[in-house]
Amino acid sequence: MTIGLAHYLTVAAILFTIGVFGIFVNRKNIIVILMSIELILLAVNINLVAFSAYLHDITGQIFAMFVLTVAAAEAAVGLAILVTFFRNRGDIEVDDASVMKG
Amino acid sequence: MNNITDSLRMAHPEVILSAVTILLTAIGAFAGRKASLVVSALAVISLIGVAVIAAIGVPVGIAFGGSFISDAAASYAKVGIYLMSAVAVILGYGWLGRLSARQFEYPLLILLAATGMGIMVSAGDLISLYIGIELQSLALYVLAAFRRDDPKASEAGLKYFVLGALSSGLLLYGASLIYGFAGSTHFDVIAAAVKAGTGTGVLFGLVFLICGLAFKVSAAPFHMWTPDVYEGAPTPVVAFFTAAPKLAAMVLILRVLYTGFPDNIEQWRQIILLIAIVSVGVGAFAGLVQSNIKRLLAYSSIANMGYVLIGLSAGNHEGAQAVLIFMSLYMIDATGFFAALTALSRGGKPMETIADMAGLSRTNPAMAITITLLAFSAMGIPPLPGFWGKFYVFKAAIDAGQWPIAVAGLVGSVVAAFYYLRLVKVMWLDDSPGAVDKGPLDARIVAFASALFAFPLVMIGLTWIEHYSGYAADAFGLL
Repeated sequence: MTIGLAHYLTVAAILFTIGVFGIFVNRKNIIVILMSIELILLAVNINLVAFSAYLHDITGQIFAMFVLTVAAAEAAVGLAILVTFFRNRGDIEVDDASVMKG
Repeated sequence: MNNITDSLRMAHPEVILSAVTILLTAIGAFAGRKASLVVSALAVISLIGVAVIAAIGVPVGIAFGGSFISDAAASYAKVGIYLMSAVAVILGYGWLGRLSARQFEYPLLILLAATGMGIMVSAGDLISLYIGIELQSLALYVLAAFRRDDPKASEAGLKYFVLGALSSGLLLYGASLIYGFAGSTHFDVIAAAVKAGTGTGVLFGLVFLICGLAFKVSAAPFHMWTPDVYEGAPTPVVAFFTAAPKLAAMVLILRVLYTGFPDNIEQWRQIILLIAIVSVGVGAFAGLVQSNIKRLLAYSSIANMGYVLIGLSAGNHEGAQAVLIFMSLYMIDATGFFAALTALSRGGKPMETIADMAGLSRTNPAMAITITLLAFSAMGIPPLPGFWGKFYVFKAAIDAGQWPIAVAGLVGSVVAAFYYLRLVKVMWLDDSPGAVDKGPLDARIVAFASALFAFPLVMIGLTWIEHYSGYAADAFGLL
């Protein structure tokens, strides 16, 4: 069996779905949400690189580089906000992030 | 073909802003908190400077191999974005001074967000679209959590970050699908590729992309973050959130749909109309039960984004112009509203609930008149700006044959009028629980200026806005 574009797209779609579910279903820990976000971005990267190879077009790989860079910056900002949240609350459970409702 | 010098000239506002940001970061890093006045003043000067450059000094064309578009639409949006960012720096400087926590990072974050928004409105392909959005969003997440000792603010920042990152993920997944199935990231090449009709892959990607962008303009059903962030984040920061980023994201939606998918209006119109109707409904009905004014204004902004999307669904020149006019007028109105909230406090405590506003007409008549004018404008009473904004978007929708949607939008705006009227009633008819503080000068000036624009300056302003937004809408190349 040859591994073709469809296989890569399927893997990426599965990873993307796991990531989205990780954000909504997870009720425990905000770190898990950060990991899920990372999973979504990496799923996109698989898509981009697979398309790039399939189309013989370099743009997709350049795009993937940008996504990697931005993902790093995003993780840094996310963790920094998480640290301020932890200092105010003393823990990082998802259910605690509910002072405001409505 | 363009060489790099021409490209840089077209991107002058963003290049200057980036350079200024780096320079001011260095000044702040060496001088510390003492430098906050210098950094803020230079930030305001450079933002006003680049707004002038964007208005008169930027050549029209396509730069950096098609990734960056410099046209009338981009210039129009940039003038609005940079001027609103300058207002945000001024409001923030006064606010931080009152907290005696004058950090020089605040103007820097606004500058970074403004640069990101400039790139967004000039985006010519999916990569610069993504980079622009992220540059803007990352700065905004930090701004929302800027008061790091305040539990509410850090919760607002965290919620904004998680949902914003999710929306970027959706947007990016859509971008990757569009790239794969249309074969390019450039909007004009995508438009040529899907001229005969979108395949399933591109359509899927487009849906994901629109969902991601709807998050950024806080249109329902992607609005969950808006009330929490508006309530938790500092009021001057919310004054910024509600204006410039929404204009940038709306122009970006125009750019994607009008230049990327001009021949597929029937396909994306259904998605946009669904989002628009849900936004108007959620904004009008959920706003009825709110007691916190900032939450109320959050739902009001959700409803307003619904009206804009109704105009956008027209898919023609008139629709693009209606979107630009509505956003320009809405920005001024909303900034004034939040500036007024910044200015109001009783015994040092900010007035946050509608009950706090009771009897404001006797304790602070000038501010009561200001808020009343802005509320009437948001309701859509002629001849205030809110009326003209709605007039243009509903007219565009009706002319494009979308009259059932326009009627639904009008019904929503009648329902929403109730909560503005309740606010006005509480201010003018209820008894005051006590005297209010005088309020800081900077916030009062912004609020009064916005009310002055609402009446009577809008008569003059509107002819200008209509004239220039017409030029800007020409740039999308539609009839």
